[in-house]
Amino acid sequence: MKLNVLIIVILLMTGCKENSKTTPVNEEITKDVASHTVNTADVELEIYDFAGFEKFLNKKDNKIYVVNFWATWCAPCVKELPYFEKLNTEYKNKNVEVILVSLDFPHMYDKKLKPFIKEKALKSKVIVLDDPDMNTWIPKVDESWSGSIPATVIYKNETSKFYEQSFNYEELDKEVNQFLN
Amino acid sequence: MKKLIKLVPAAILVLFISAFTLNNTTSNGYGIGDVAKDFSLKNIDGNMVSLADYKDAKGFIVTFTCNTCPFAVMYEDRIQALNEKYAPKGYPVIAIMPNNPKTKPGDALPAMKKSAEEKGFTFPYLMDEGQHVYPKFGATKTPHIYVLEKTNKGNVVKYIGAIDDNHSDASAVKVKFVENAVDALLDGKDVEQKVTKAIGCGIKV
Repeated sequence: MKLNVLIIVILLMTGCKENSKTTPVNEEITKDVASHTVNTADVELEIYDFAGFEKFLNKKDNKIYVVNFWATWCAPCVKELPYFEKLNTEYKNKNVEVILVSLDFPHMYDKKLKPFIKEKALKSKVIVLDDPDMNTWIPKVDESWSGSIPATVIYKNETSKFYEQSFNYEELDKEVNQFLN
Repeated sequence: MKKLIKLVPAAILVLFISAFTLNNTTSNGYGIGDVAKDFSLKNIDGNMVSLADYKDAKGFIVTFTCNTCPFAVMYEDRIQALNEKYAPKGYPVIAIMPNNPKTKPGDALPAMKKSAEEKGFTFPYLMDEGQHVYPKFGATKTPHIYVLEKTNKGNVVKYIGAIDDNHSDASAVKVKFVENAVDALLDGKDVEQKVTKAIGCGIKV
């Protein structure tokens, strides 16, 4: 299993919110993952609040970063994930890196997110953003973002473009190529 | 072709309006200060509902929401609480389900009825049949709230955004955006925080 997601779990010291109180939710996607059949012991999540996450939007190393905001409960996000995966593979030697930023709910990390990462064998870097103060951090990603997902940022050094939309592979390929030239 | 020509002045008008509207966050749809057009949509009980039906209302908490988005589900109790608190004060909740039920069968009318019954919704839960209303508002996701104030010139948009600043835990909320907006309007004051952002499920077309 060559999973790119094995790093450190960063426990957020501030807040230390109890998420046990949350209402059970109707998940948009249920059929894809049967959690009980998957052993996810080797899947470790890299979890950040926005302050910790912000560095992934501000790398200045001449690399092109494709940062996709998604969640397992978001059907259109799950649908476009394979295109991001394909992009990550095909452009690996062209200095392009895909980062998949999960906005899954903390109480679903073990039940949904980890089994999903394992079953889909995601090769791109997956990180988790858990920061309930969305009104503060959403505009910091992009002023125009209303907050709907999927949403994607493509950037290279100081040049950045934001997309509040779904992608197919051709569209994604086209956008990334604009950064290559 | 004829249709296209007709669309050109409309597109120019939209551009014009959005260019001169304060705090407009999307390229189309209402911004703060715009007058929201009334609509007539079918409620889960089969009756048609319009804002004009509410003769005594001082305004409205128009809430785009649905059954299938986990964010919207997390807010169901809080939407109900908003209606209980503010309908008697003249600001009823008007919930609108904007998704296409063909794309999202879990949001079809029977499912809407079921959620409303289970949760004991005391506000209308309207189907945006044909999906004509949400684009006028410029709603992009569920939940997405528009607080309107009834004035002589019509129902003016006073607040756009989230209900509060913590979706996952109602007890950890620090700022109740919608309540603050409605309280200010009831006091005859200006709404301080007019636009807020939150993650939500994109509207399914």
